[in-house]
Amino acid sequence: MTLFLNLFLIVFLGMSQKVVFAHEEESHQAQIEEKFNAGKLILEHVGDAHDWHIAGHFSIPLPIIIYSQAGLDVFLSSKFEHGHAAYHSEKTNLTYKLIDNKVIAVNDDGSANEELTASLYDISITKNVAAIFVTVILLCWAFISIAKKYTNNPGKAPKGLQSFVEPIILFIRDDVAKASIGEKHYKRFMPYLLTIFFFILINNLFGLIPIIPGGANLTGSISVTLTLACFTLILTTISANRHYWHHIFAMPGVPSWVLIILTPIEILGFFLRPFVLMVRLFANITAGHIIALSFFCLIFIFGEMHPGAGFGFSLFSTAFTVFMMFLELLVAFIQAYVFTLLSAVYLGAAVEEPHHHEEAHAH
Amino acid sequence: MNLVKPEFGLIFWMSVTFLIVFFLMKKFAWGPILKMIHEREDSIESALNAAEKAKEEILQLQNNNEKLLAEARLEKDKMLKEAREIKETIINDAKAAAQKESQRIIAEAQNSIANEKMAAINELKSQVALMSVEIAEKILRKDLSKDESQKALVDTLIKDIKLN
Repeated sequence: MTLFLNLFLIVFLGMSQKVVFAHEEESHQAQIEEKFNAGKLILEHVGDAHDWHIAGHFSIPLPIIIYSQAGLDVFLSSKFEHGHAAYHSEKTNLTYKLIDNKVIAVNDDGSANEELTASLYDISITKNVAAIFVTVILLCWAFISIAKKYTNNPGKAPKGLQSFVEPIILFIRDDVAKASIGEKHYKRFMPYLLTIFFFILINNLFGLIPIIPGGANLTGSISVTLTLACFTLILTTISANRHYWHHIFAMPGVPSWVLIILTPIEILGFFLRPFVLMVRLFANITAGHIIALSFFCLIFIFGEMHPGAGFGFSLFSTAFTVFMMFLELLVAFIQAYVFTLLSAVYLGAAVEEPHHHEEAHAH
Repeated sequence: MNLVKPEFGLIFWMSVTFLIVFFLMKKFAWGPILKMIHEREDSIESALNAAEKAKEEILQLQNNNEKLLAEARLEKDKMLKEAREIKETIINDAKAAAQKESQRIIAEAQNSIANEKMAAINELKSQVALMSVEIAEKILRKDLSKDESQKALVDTLIKDIKLN
């Protein structure tokens, strides 16, 4: 089944990306006769958007929700006509414009009002937010139905999707949670670890699908990884015991003059750990996407020089993207695992009990 | 750079959604799944333990059977031995009784033989006496018909008396 999924992903990535790029280039050329800008295109694809592109000129407009002191504005992004038009809200008497996929407030004459823009809270359902909803609904549906199977056939061998998921759950339980947190406390954190693992995994995989419902670079978005890392930080903080705080603020068995150096480092480390979690996931996923997209952009860069060169390079580039896809598939699993494992390790450190006092003195 | 700039909106929705999903999944997915997996593991373990116990019980049962068999065999041997002893005692008793009886019979027979013998001897004695009286009478009648013989007899008689 996974093999089919791979093939499916690869075929569709190859096809639709080409279609998208071809279209993009067309429109670029149609609008202004500017040169193909690979950097801008890649960043657009890696970043967030206010509409969900499907194919050609067709994309799904997503709701824009802006909260300001004047009130709440809710309207569809299609009102902007892909950034060509401004939208005036009667309710709040504000005018909005979409520039570089960002909603900004503009003055009556059409110039950007930066002061007003800074006071806006943009809680629009962007492509990434919509992708969160899609994957989350899928996740809930899948796992709640699996849970039902478990409760309906108690003590029976797993079947179907259940048997695909069970080894993963057992792996996370035995090799991640039990190994890092310990037999005594691991049960408390299992729901959290399983949720982040499957959330990251499904979004990594969906990020590889270039068409709807995939196509959003969710786990390669710093906001998402920041939120996930923050949850780990919060959970670590609220479940940490005295022993943990003692280790941070006053490492036992260390002379006080060393503590002056050590304590700031420990405090820094406290924030550095989730920061590293955030950056690792973000960088890995985004890098993979950028590389895959770069290979496709090369086709057009060569194509601009000579159509034959573009065609010739497309063969090489497709082959390379297939390879990248396999790599990305691996990375999708690895990063989900690493994020979960490190979260478990941090949680394990937070609930660790001072059973080896001599050892604590030693380090 | 926009790529590494966190977006408020996305963080907001992500936090809200993630929290909702986390609690939903905790209650409706992970809870039951982990519980059932745990229960199944427990049941498998207990089943394995039960199988182990059953094996041990069977082994014990086998041992018991063997012990019972050995006991039965011992009992049989004992019974056979007893039976043999009883048989021997019965035979010995019977032999002794038979001997005693035969001795009694023999003694009785001897007794009666002795009695019969005595009776026969007594009979014979009386018969002999009678016959000797008759013989003596006949002899006397013949000899005493003459005077000299009478006189000779008297002489011998007198001689006998003197000797006494």
